[in-house]
Amino acid sequence: MRVTLHVWRQAGPVALGKFVRYDVSDVSADMSFLEMLDVLNQQLIGRREEPIAFDHDCREGICGACGMVINGRPHGPQRATTTCQLHLRSFPDGAELWIEPWRARAFPVLKDLVVDRSAFDRVIQAGGFISVRTGSAPEANSVAVAKQDADLAMDAAACIGCGACVAACPNASALLFVAAKVSHLGLLPQGQPERASRVVNMVTQMDAEGFGACTNHGECMAACPKEISIDFIARLNRDYVKAAVRGKAHAAQGNGGAA
Amino acid sequence: MATLSAGTTRPSLTRSLVGKKVVMAVTGGILFLFVVGHLLGNLKVFQGPEHFNAYAEGLRTVGAPFFGRGWVLWIVRSVLLASLFAHIWAAVGVTRASWRARPVAYHRLDPVETTYAARTMRWGGVIIFVYVVYHLLDLTFGRLNPSFVPGDVYHNLVASFQRWPVSVAYIAAVVVVGLHCYHGLWSALQTLGLNRPPTVAWRRRVAGGIAAAITAGYIAIPAAVLGGVLR
Amino acid sequence: MTMELRSNSPGGPLAEKWERHRAELRLVNPANKRKHHVIVVGTGLAGASAAASLAELGYTVSCFCFQDSPRRAHSIAAQGGINAAKNYQNDGDSVFRLFYDTIKGGDFRSREANVYRLAEISARIIDQCVAQGVPFAREYGGLLANRSFGGVQVSRTFYARGQTGQQLLLGAYQALCRQIGAGQVRMYPRTEMLDVVVVDGQARGIITRNLVDGKISAHVADAVVLATGGYSNVYYLSTNAKGCNVTAIWRAHKRGAALANPCFTQIHPTCIPPTGHHQAKLTLMSESLRNDGRIWVPLRKGDARAPGDIPETERDYYLERRYPSYGNLVPRDLASRRAKEVCDEGRGVGPGGHGVYLDFRDAIARLGEAAIADRYGNLFQMYQRITAESPYRAPMRIYPAPHYTMGGLWVDYNLMSTIPGLHVIGEANFSDHGANRLGASALMQGLADGYFILPYTIGDYLAQANLPKLDATHPAVRQTGAQVADRARKLLEVNGRRSVDTFHRELGRLMWDRCGMSRNAAGLKDAIQKICVLREEFWDDVYVGGRGADLNEALEQAGRVSDFLEFAELMCRDALERDESCGCHFREEYQTPEGEARRDDERFGHVAAWEFTGVGKTPLLHTEPLQFEAVHPSQRSYT
Repeated sequence: MRVTLHVWRQAGPVALGKFVRYDVSDVSADMSFLEMLDVLNQQLIGRREEPIAFDHDCREGICGACGMVINGRPHGPQRATTTCQLHLRSFPDGAELWIEPWRARAFPVLKDLVVDRSAFDRVIQAGGFISVRTGSAPEANSVAVAKQDADLAMDAAACIGCGACVAACPNASALLFVAAKVSHLGLLPQGQPERASRVVNMVTQMDAEGFGACTNHGECMAACPKEISIDFIARLNRDYVKAAVRGKAHAAQGNGGAA
Repeated sequence: MATLSAGTTRPSLTRSLVGKKVVMAVTGGILFLFVVGHLLGNLKVFQGPEHFNAYAEGLRTVGAPFFGRGWVLWIVRSVLLASLFAHIWAAVGVTRASWRARPVAYHRLDPVETTYAARTMRWGGVIIFVYVVYHLLDLTFGRLNPSFVPGDVYHNLVASFQRWPVSVAYIAAVVVVGLHCYHGLWSALQTLGLNRPPTVAWRRRVAGGIAAAITAGYIAIPAAVLGGVLR
Repeated sequence: MTMELRSNSPGGPLAEKWERHRAELRLVNPANKRKHHVIVVGTGLAGASAAASLAELGYTVSCFCFQDSPRRAHSIAAQGGINAAKNYQNDGDSVFRLFYDTIKGGDFRSREANVYRLAEISARIIDQCVAQGVPFAREYGGLLANRSFGGVQVSRTFYARGQTGQQLLLGAYQALCRQIGAGQVRMYPRTEMLDVVVVDGQARGIITRNLVDGKISAHVADAVVLATGGYSNVYYLSTNAKGCNVTAIWRAHKRGAALANPCFTQIHPTCIPPTGHHQAKLTLMSESLRNDGRIWVPLRKGDARAPGDIPETERDYYLERRYPSYGNLVPRDLASRRAKEVCDEGRGVGPGGHGVYLDFRDAIARLGEAAIADRYGNLFQMYQRITAESPYRAPMRIYPAPHYTMGGLWVDYNLMSTIPGLHVIGEANFSDHGANRLGASALMQGLADGYFILPYTIGDYLAQANLPKLDATHPAVRQTGAQVADRARKLLEVNGRRSVDTFHRELGRLMWDRCGMSRNAAGLKDAIQKICVLREEFWDDVYVGGRGADLNEALEQAGRVSDFLEFAELMCRDALERDESCGCHFREEYQTPEGEARRDDERFGHVAAWEFTGVGKTPLLHTEPLQFEAVHPSQRSYT
């Protein structure tokens, strides 16, 4: 089969970008989307043109490195699928595809389709953890966790940090990402001591990174390759309201002192 | 040994975007209650001029003799006004943050999950505000109502709605209010984290039902005027 | 220079070695820890857990990864689980049994003391991870669940759906993030290590390239920890992430670190077969699928019927037939080799005959579709996405693919390489898996190294080492930096006709054919020659393009492939030198009449550690004899 691509090309963070058209023929329906870009890049290299830069690594849908907006849909048209797991059989022969990077102020473009998602790391650094010193953990079965809580925590923990939620959100909000981590840890007994400070610190950092506000469109959930539910956003909101109502004393307990 | 200094930030309902959404949800809830109450009051118009005018007068005398004439009304009005401005203030903050958050627009971004109501919250809100100003000038202060008779609320209403452009504008505005309530109701529950157990599907349907009922109730009045039922 | 391989294994009874050793390790005064700067390269399970734990102890840590975030290291893709000798199932598990299974699984080519320590620590890893919030699978009573994994007869594997590696890594990543937030770790994402700085015989830093702007920088420290993973991508097609590479350990090797058992590479039996020449990588299907799936091929050669049309009597459940007591749960090396065998006989299924069936029909009939979906739903979904076939309706097709490398930099009991100060942890070292790794043991080893071994042993080094002050202007640092810059420039200047990718594919095919699931002397000799030719051609004719001072993936790849081209030769040489079959290393000349591996403990009961002598020059072989006190090396039997 063949496809026509319009790919966002941008030489660097401050350069102006534009769409460039490429016709790629001789691709197979069994190829993954990224393999198709590999083929195109090999052709570009053969023509001594600069290959398209895009992030990718594991190519099995778990590392969260890849991601591009394909015809107006982050990670393309298939639900619950990362770009690397998307196959060309999802498109008709001769399809015309517009390929863009994630667009958000907090995710500046570095080159072509590569964006800087370190904002996510900083949000986690602000509180997305349970403070447990190596070696100080109690015996694993000393705290029972109800299966449904563990399962729900796992649903939230399945987040791969790809950023599709931000890309899909009309407001470029990161709330689904933050909510997934807040919920994952907040659902487990181990996460309770820092529950209030965690949500406050992460939300504060999220705002500082320049993400937009959630207005409950639900686009994030639709784009999420791991189908993380916006129910977790409600959970985060509640934790935040609780922390705010209980006020300073509770939040100021912070992250548990000495490391 | 390292001491983690993180954890000193304070929750803030006025500074954080999540907090602003909470302000919006709470004030939206108050305004929603007004929308419901206002509707219930307005529907008394179908009971005839005496009842309706008595109701309007009753709004001024409620709480007597403890409260003086109009006190309660003004207390309620102050709360509503404060809610309205807080609602708008939060909306402006949230909107500006969101606009700033995506400086380069997509060539194409297809909506999948969102609703028309959700996408029209911002401009819908502006339209409602503009309409409310007109509505007050028309029926409360009478500035834009050529045959305004202070105290004869029934007459003012019928006179105003008998001019079809006024009715059409009213109906359009009420539809916008309905959409705003539909997404707003659902959204407020989400924002306040009141969705336990998670029941996205029926909450949406209930919000839709309430919004539709309100819209229909409000539309009934100008429709009745134009249809000659109320005169 | 003569290289000395001192394992530093402590004396005394096996079960007391680690305890004793810890008592003997020198300590760094708490107040002095922050004065010591440690570099950790790699943020997988080993690197992230080490960096976080060292920072908690008070060391000043710099941590590097080539990915855009430390959370994306390839440990994230591990699916099945992590072993621990908790004996929660009351099925007779113990530290000794885990130790024994692991050392036997590795075909008696690993160090007793190391493996025992690993088994001993395993239980604490689970404690640590649970406390961090890793959402392991649980039973209805709220306690932890287990499942069984290949090569063992107890149920000791802890798991988080099919995403155990992801969840463990996120736990370690979050611990690391906490330290980054606290300022104890300085994180350098999108930064690739390109050389080790050795000053006066000690590892004192690294040279890196910033992958965004191409800037080459020197970082000096008191000790360097490599946690840079394995080199399966020498085969081009593997289950590893595209970025996985040999560069860090190869450059360290060139600076004097011995490389041990490079030919021990694991070919994983349950991967999705390739579909065409465009294939960029292979996808693993968790080994846990073998708990409920039955592996078979048609009895007849070239049987083209749909699997559902082949009656029971015309199916060959070859693993169950040959290994009645382990059945489909035999270790990976055996499962892979037998699959290759039946495909070579012409009984393979799917395009090109490169595949065998992994069939869930019976399990679905027995347990119901819902139970199977609960256990493997996400794996089935992944399979369906890639192949457009539903494993609920038709059996999966699987084929072996390179997955893990047991070989790596040689380390002593303290996880230190032959370069003082250079520590190596996780898959990057050779230590614990011998000639074959059992399922769910890689996660265990990575976290054992990072959380519970290195933080103690590195202190011993720092406490006694003489570490004069050093800065980036030191001649040795500048020289190493200049060499790195020079190499990048050279790669760009070749300006030939062939892309980096074509060289990598060609090398990969050669290695898969000659140094893959089975090897022979003639093929290996031929491969060595061809690698040398290919390497020369690479430096003559490669085209990289772009600029050095830019985000340039072709240049990154070129550097990695140039190292693979040197490393592959050593891998073949090691395979050629080892005139025996053991674990994953199957030399066709050395097999039993039944086609099982024939070990030669007399001549090869050792670790082969190679010393670099120059590109294209014959490396020097050193051996560390393996002594077994607690176990007796036996012919591995899984029948």
